[in-house]
Amino acid sequence: MTTKTEHIAPESHIVPISLYIGIWATLIICTGLTVLAASFDLGIFNIVVALLIATIKGSLVVLFFMHLRYSTKLTMVTVIAALFWLFIMFSLTLTDYMTRHWVTSVL
Amino acid sequence: MEQQQETATFGMWMFLLTEIMFFGGLFCTYLVYRSLYYEAFVQGSQKMNVWLGATNTAVLICSSLSMALGVRAAQTGKPKLMVVLLLITILFGLGFLGIKGIEYHEHWENHEFPGQNFHFETLDKTPAIDPAHTEIYFSLYWAMTGLHALHMVIGIGLVAWLVIAGLRRAYSPSYFTPVEIVGLYWHFVDLVWIYLFPLLYLISKKHGGG
Amino acid sequence: MATAVQTVERENYLNSNYGLKSWLLTTDHKRIAMLYLMSITVMFWIGGFFAMMIRLELLTPPGDLVSSDTYNKLFTMHGIIMVFFFLIPSVPAVIGNFVIPLMIGAKDLAFPRVNLLSWYIYMAGACTALFAMVTGGVDTGWTFYTPFSTTYSNTHVIGVAIGIFITGFSSILTGLNFIVTIHRMRAPGLTWRRLPLFCWSNYAAALIMVLGTPVIAITLLLVALERAFNIGVFNPQLGGDPLLFQHLFWFYSHPAVYIMILPGMGVISEIITCFSRKRVFGYEFVALASIAIAVLGFLVWAHHMFVAGISVYAALVFSLLSYLVAIPSAVKVFNWTATMYKGSIRYDTPMLYAFGFIGLFTVGGLTGVFLASLSIDVHVTDTYFVVAHFHYVMVGGMVMAYMAGLHFWWPKISGRMYPEGWAKLSALLVFVGFNATFFPQFVLGYMGAPRRYHAYPPAFQPLNVLSSAGASILAVGYVLPMIYFLWSLRYGELAPPNPWNAVGLEWMTASPPPTHNFDETPVVTWEAYDYEHQPQEEVTVGH
Repeated sequence: MTTKTEHIAPESHIVPISLYIGIWATLIICTGLTVLAASFDLGIFNIVVALLIATIKGSLVVLFFMHLRYSTKLTMVTVIAALFWLFIMFSLTLTDYMTRHWVTSVL
Repeated sequence: MEQQQETATFGMWMFLLTEIMFFGGLFCTYLVYRSLYYEAFVQGSQKMNVWLGATNTAVLICSSLSMALGVRAAQTGKPKLMVVLLLITILFGLGFLGIKGIEYHEHWENHEFPGQNFHFETLDKTPAIDPAHTEIYFSLYWAMTGLHALHMVIGIGLVAWLVIAGLRRAYSPSYFTPVEIVGLYWHFVDLVWIYLFPLLYLISKKHGGG
Repeated sequence: MATAVQTVERENYLNSNYGLKSWLLTTDHKRIAMLYLMSITVMFWIGGFFAMMIRLELLTPPGDLVSSDTYNKLFTMHGIIMVFFFLIPSVPAVIGNFVIPLMIGAKDLAFPRVNLLSWYIYMAGACTALFAMVTGGVDTGWTFYTPFSTTYSNTHVIGVAIGIFITGFSSILTGLNFIVTIHRMRAPGLTWRRLPLFCWSNYAAALIMVLGTPVIAITLLLVALERAFNIGVFNPQLGGDPLLFQHLFWFYSHPAVYIMILPGMGVISEIITCFSRKRVFGYEFVALASIAIAVLGFLVWAHHMFVAGISVYAALVFSLLSYLVAIPSAVKVFNWTATMYKGSIRYDTPMLYAFGFIGLFTVGGLTGVFLASLSIDVHVTDTYFVVAHFHYVMVGGMVMAYMAGLHFWWPKISGRMYPEGWAKLSALLVFVGFNATFFPQFVLGYMGAPRRYHAYPPAFQPLNVLSSAGASILAVGYVLPMIYFLWSLRYGELAPPNPWNAVGLEWMTASPPPTHNFDETPVVTWEAYDYEHQPQEEVTVGH
């Protein structure tokens, strides 16, 4: 066998129907919340709240509908890698855009 | 069989990783231009129909539920239930595309498709702050939702293939790998929309359809 | 011994099935590797043809062979074909596909049909791009900078962009396949710390393929959409920022150069150990250096944009990061050198190419560090200095590693030995020709000769002539192996399972291997590169 220790066969874990329904309900409620939150003027925090709610929803989908909660560590590493690489792309690109106006003299 | 299912599942997760980076490029573009041209984006976003968008979000969430339950049905040896649930998933998917089509039609009629015939009018007929930059907003709207819709179409095709195979009793608790991995793909497409909706529709507190 | 044994030809992956369908519908990783070998060899010669035209034009100062528009197309198509259709697939798709399952003791890759699909996608992309090139060409530079590519160019940008887009998926699928295979299909006892460094390198390259390629896919898609619908995301007249294109483009294209070089480095690791009869110095460091290169490689892309108009603060950040990325490569060079120290060196052709690699890659890599310096880059960017730098790493490094790998594993692939005398001669011609072609370009660039120009001041002519002369020697060095490899298929000495007496699972099965690779799944009980103990017995598998 391979040297892996997680051989609890994640796919054999059966998620209870009630949990799925609960997640679904939470997602619907969060959708309502995000529409509601958008109707208030929170200034800079509108985007923060919106992304926060979206991330909660996304996490629920990934953890429960996509079974990440019951999957191998390797799968978890894959998801984290995706987030990390997106973070690299966004943040390093923004270092350019956010600092362009700091100095106006030529290089 | 377990070993093979784990391998296939890992393969699908890797593929989804590539999809995240694929959409990621568009999100990065969105991020840059929204930070540069916020007011123009606000004005563009006001022309979105939030109720249709929110409905679509709910439709996709329901489709994810039916998909997850469908995978569970395959896992617990209920092939007929699986087929029913997958058909429901397809119906939700088609519903999403239908609503999207209505929205696209409306935007098209309003000259909100970028290119030669683009002509932007704000929601309350005030002067447009920066039509060129709002055109970029709409370009991103069409590109991102269009790419998403294309993935939905592919997803519906994949689920339909599962239905056909399921009718032939191809899946059982000891072999339901294709159902599981198509499920992963489907949920991913839902996940993308979960981010698209607030970013495209909810930038401003004033919006269309309300 | 080898020639006496085969009176009846033993069944192997080459003769197990005949006919076009058995090749075009194969799922055997070894056959797919051969399909790739044929495709990328064709693309190499097409790319080489464009190179020849460039060097012919540059023999004389005035632009007298072709018009400037045509010259723009020549260097563009040379770059596109060499980067996307030759360098990126070369070692992974040909050598990696063939050797990795053997090295880990597996029957095949994790997803054999996806592997075949990968080749078909590659062919579809290559044919699309070639068609667009033949029916009009593209003149934007392989870098497709906007707004020229999106608005002003009158050439077949969309067609070529679609071709590259399609081929990108081939790369993605190959990378995905390698990652899953190396995680899940290793033979019993083959821990990560016993894994051959070739596998580590290809794994690292596969990570980049999977993470980076989608970004250039979406970027080229945006270019095509902008060209088709005039949407303005990259057009300054419509509010777009051309630099955003460059950010997105280089986010992939810089790591792409590590996709190209990492598998080559993996080949060198295998060859240096075998032909020094020593285990590699600092195995863990070399393995982790591969991963470090893959990760750090994603953090440096804007060093291609120092003078494009990015913020100077961003430039500072990227400059620092670019210095850092050189470190793991240097670690590898030191470790290879230390491996050779007090080793028992054999000068077979693969080792000669490996020597060439180490020297030339070092020169190329160091000049890369020069370019990471903002102040130097301002002077030499967009000059022949940069051209020389990347040809040193890509041709002096990567292509030499590819040739080294082809020679090293040729007996395993074909069951035949290539003629050693001719091979050594070719290696020498490649080395001499390469340096004659590209060293003058460092000098030219330093003196200010800009790249992508078809005419130049007369003072630059002697070095240009030297460069073109070198290119013709280099070409001969590449033509000869084409001939003798083909010759060897019929007339070459039959190869034993382990002609080099190397350590590794791929050498424990017949040359060429049977379709299923191993009669019994091997169990690994020895450390990587265990040259002291040489645990394998005389090979008995595969008759």
